[in-house]
Order: sequence, then structure tokens, then C-alpha cells
Amino acid sequence: MNSISIIVRILRQFRRDKRSLALMFAAPLLVLTLMWLVLDSGDYVPEIAAVDLPDRFVEILENEAEVMSLDRHEAEDALKNQEIDAVLEWEENKPALTLEGSDPTASGAVNMALQQTLNQMNPQQEQMEPEIHYYHGSEEIKLFDNIGPVLIGFFIFFFVFIVGGVSFIRERTQGTLERSLATPLKRWEIVIGYLGGFGLFTIIQSIIIAAYSIYALDVFMAGNFLYVLLVTFLLALSALSLGTLLSAFAKNEFQMIQFIPLVIVPQVFFSGMFNLETLDPWLRAIGNIMPLTYGAEALRDIMIRGSAFGSFAVEVFVLFGFTLLFTLLNIVALKRHRKL
Amino acid sequence: MEKVISLNHIAHSFGVETVIKDINIEIDKGVIFGLLGPSGSGKTTLVKIITGILHPTEGSSVVQDTQMPSLKQMKNIGFMAQSDALYVELTAYENIDYFASIYGLPRSERKQRIKKVLEIVDLVKHMKKPVHTFSGGMKRRLSLAISIVHEPEILILDEPTVGIDPLLRQSIWQEFNKLKSEGTTIIVTTHVMDEAEKCDELALLHDGYVIAQGSPKDLKQSIHVDTMEQAFLHYGGGKS
Repeated sequence: MNSISIIVRILRQFRRDKRSLALMFAAPLLVLTLMWLVLDSGDYVPEIAAVDLPDRFVEILENEAEVMSLDRHEAEDALKNQEIDAVLEWEENKPALTLEGSDPTASGAVNMALQQTLNQMNPQQEQMEPEIHYYHGSEEIKLFDNIGPVLIGFFIFFFVFIVGGVSFIRERTQGTLERSLATPLKRWEIVIGYLGGFGLFTIIQSIIIAAYSIYALDVFMAGNFLYVLLVTFLLALSALSLGTLLSAFAKNEFQMIQFIPLVIVPQVFFSGMFNLETLDPWLRAIGNIMPLTYGAEALRDIMIRGSAFGSFAVEVFVLFGFTLLFTLLNIVALKRHRKL
Repeated sequence: MEKVISLNHIAHSFGVETVIKDINIEIDKGVIFGLLGPSGSGKTTLVKIITGILHPTEGSSVVQDTQMPSLKQMKNIGFMAQSDALYVELTAYENIDYFASIYGLPRSERKQRIKKVLEIVDLVKHMKKPVHTFSGGMKRRLSLAISIVHEPEILILDEPTVGIDPLLRQSIWQEFNKLKSEGTTIIVTTHVMDEAEKCDELALLHDGYVIAQGSPKDLKQSIHVDTMEQAFLHYGGGKS
């Protein structure tokens, strides 16, 4: 198959272009490290389910948080579906708190709200020590642990998009695409060859970035490392196929770079790095058409919640679907260069 | 004589601009056919139609009894584009190797064949160097080597000797003649008159039309001039 020839050629090009290799491997590590160093948390109004709490307590708590009264069963479901941040009950004359736990900003805000409520209720008395449970994760989860999975996904997506898209556009500007199309190469063989050649590198890239984040930066990791690789690899393939597809609509490398603010940056905002609870639902839905949303959600499921394959299978299939869609569109887009 | 290529009423336009207008050309097997014309006369577009990269807006192009575009015929065609389409990070050897593998040369044959074409274009001692260190002339020669690596029956060359010194130009033309004697049909575009003289047959292109066609000798004799340049000026001036 001719795609093999293309794969071999891409590997050889990489061997001689050390700088692009470095961009794919070292740059994400550097940026991740910097993010890890500077991250800090902000204000957040938590949502807490109150189960059989004294009325006066709820009243005071409402100043600090959004409180809804649910029975124990409803509260557990809501917690599981990430609709609320915590469940507060009364056990043996003291409050028992169960935190959703995957978002440290939310966990911190819940704790703060509870402390202030307790202070106001008994200003003179000795502090009641609430019992705290974590539904996911543990109290050790810090902000970086929460957005770490998103960042891993983002940097893989970003750098693969750039390197893949720019390489493909260079094929056009330097005339090698046209030259290749003057051979019996089929259009799909070109696209598959590209996915294959870069795909091999993205596997290595995924391993390096994920291992560095988990073992060197010590990002919270509850799940299976192989699942992380599976998701990052699929995310990289969707970035690669999107990059090469969009390069068909750019005339040169500079125009390719212009896609970053249009295609990459919005994905950052909608992929879950920022809390979107306050956003209109229809605005939030924008995230549904973005590959990074699914990659980030799956990575969070694996790394923070330690989920099994079943709970992020949908995300995996959606990522696969994106890759398939972009690849097919790219094969069609190449018709502009040769009808056959 | 056996017809290898026939172009019937070919016309092509990019958007509103018509670049080629009703071109009819037949090319016999084993000749060197020159497309002579100033830049912008439609030479490159015509050449891309013959290779099968471009699908003409009107008319049909038939190569070896097959309607183009055809992937099967593309295998029989060698193409050297006007701009050097090379992977500059790769070495000369790796560039040829890539295209040789696409054309399906078996691995065992490939090595020998690559050596052979590198000898023809005199790049053997540079074969391990990355292409970005090459001069313009060396890149031209490498492009030529790539176009002949799979021993095509039809060789299409778009301005092959631009930027190549006279000595090497001569040796490249010797190679063309050798390929021709082995039965290869060669189509070459040029705007250099002395190169046009070396072709067996010529089509003079001007503004998208073929304004004259025939052997260089006939073209000159029919209007009683001594040089191709005079002939070209005569035909070109007569039409426009």
C-alpha cells in the first residue's frame, strides 16, 4: 500500500527536522510545568444538597451557597451526576459532608461555606468538627489536579494540530502535493499516510506527556494509565485530521496559524477548564461540537474518578467519529487538487 | 506512426479566465515534442492536463488509448514540474526513494535504479546530502532524476533546463535523445528558442491557442526564415 511510502517519508522528515520533533515533545512539557507552577484558585458559589438539616442551619447556609433540600436518595443521584458539589447531612449531632471532590475549587468553596455557617450558628461555642467524605478523589486534589487532565488533552491537541496542519500545507506550498498527485497515489492513500506517519509520533508524544504529568508533576491519577493513552491518542488523531483538513482552506503557513484563535482557543474555554455552570445552556452546547470537550471529559473520568471503560466509552466513540469525519472530508477536499 | 497522446478540443478556464482555448494536438510515440510559448501562454496548464492532474473544462485527453485522468496511465508518465517539488529536509536519495516506492518499484530493483538516475543527472556524490543544501541547478537535476526513476513511457517536462548551465544542459539533452531512442515519448515545454530547435516536433502556443505546429525545419522553411525566433515572432505577430 502506498500509504506506507508516505509514512516512511514522514518518519525520515521528522528525523531530520529536530525542531518540529522538539515542538511536539518538549514544548507541551514546558508549558504544562509552567501552568502547574502558577495556577491558583478563584471564587465560586457551591451547590449543596441539604438532607434533613435544621431549618435555621439551612437559612444561614443559604447566604453562602445555593442550597436545595433533597432526600438522601435524590441527593446521592445528584452528586453522582455532578449536578451538585456536595451533600450535607446531620449525623450524631454533627454535620456530615460528602464532597463530589473532582473540582478542588468547588470542594474548597463548600468547606468554606460550611465553616462560616457553623461559626454563625454557635459563635461562642467550641467549633463543631464536621465529618468530611469524598465521593471522588480525596482532599489532596488541588486545582492543577482538576484541570491537569484537560491541560494534557489540550496541549496534545494543540501541538499535533499545528505540526500536522503546517506540514500538510507545506506539501502544497512547496509543490510536493501536486507532484505526488501526478503519480498513481490515490487521495485516500495520502490522507491515511499522513495519519499513519504522524500517528506514530503522537503515540510517543502521548506517552511522554501523560507520564510526565502523572509521575513527574504528580497530577492526581486514580485510573488506568493505558486508558489515558487511548484517549490522548484518539484526541491527537482528531487534532491531526482536523489540522490537515483545515490546511486545505489556508493558502500558506501564516493563514494556518490564523486558525489557532478560531479553532483552538474556543475549545479551551468550552472544554471544562473553566466552570461553565453559570453559562446559558444553549451557549454551553457549543462545547458539544468540539473534540477537546470529549477528550477532556474522558481524561477527567479516568484520572480523577478512576472510571472504568464503560463510563467514558461514549467520549471515545465520539472522538473516533470526529477523526473519521475529518478524514473523509479531507479526502473530498483533496479533489480540489485532483478530481480523480 | 503510433499515436501516444491525443488532445481533442481541449479548453480550460480558471474561474472566468480562459487559459487554454480549443487545442488539438496529436503526439507520436518516440518523439520529442516541444511546447514553445511565452510565459502565460498556457504551457503549464496544458502539461498538467496531459499528466492527469487537471481535468480540462472542455475536450478530452487520451493517453495510450485511455481517457485521462487515469491512475493506471499516471504510472506510465514521468513528470517534472516547473517548480522543484522536493522534500528539502530529506536527502537526494530519500527523495527519489519516496517517489520510486510510490511508483511501485520493488525494493530490490529500487537501489540500483536510484543509483542509475543519480548518475544520469550527475548527483551521485551529493546523494546523502539534504536537499536544502542544494543549489537551484542541483534541485532541477534531482527533479529530473525523480521523473525518470520508474522508466516511464511518456516523460513530461515543464521547463526542465531553467537554471542549468550549458554544459549540463547539453548532457541532459543527450539523455533525452537516448531515452527517445529507447522508445520514450518526451514532451517538453520551453521558452528558449535554441532548445526548441532540438525537438522533433513543435507546437507554438500563444494566448491559449496553438498558432503553428510542425517540425522546426518546416516551420522555418514555410515562411522562409533562418531561426526559430524569427518564426515565433512571425506566427505570434500574425495572430495577435
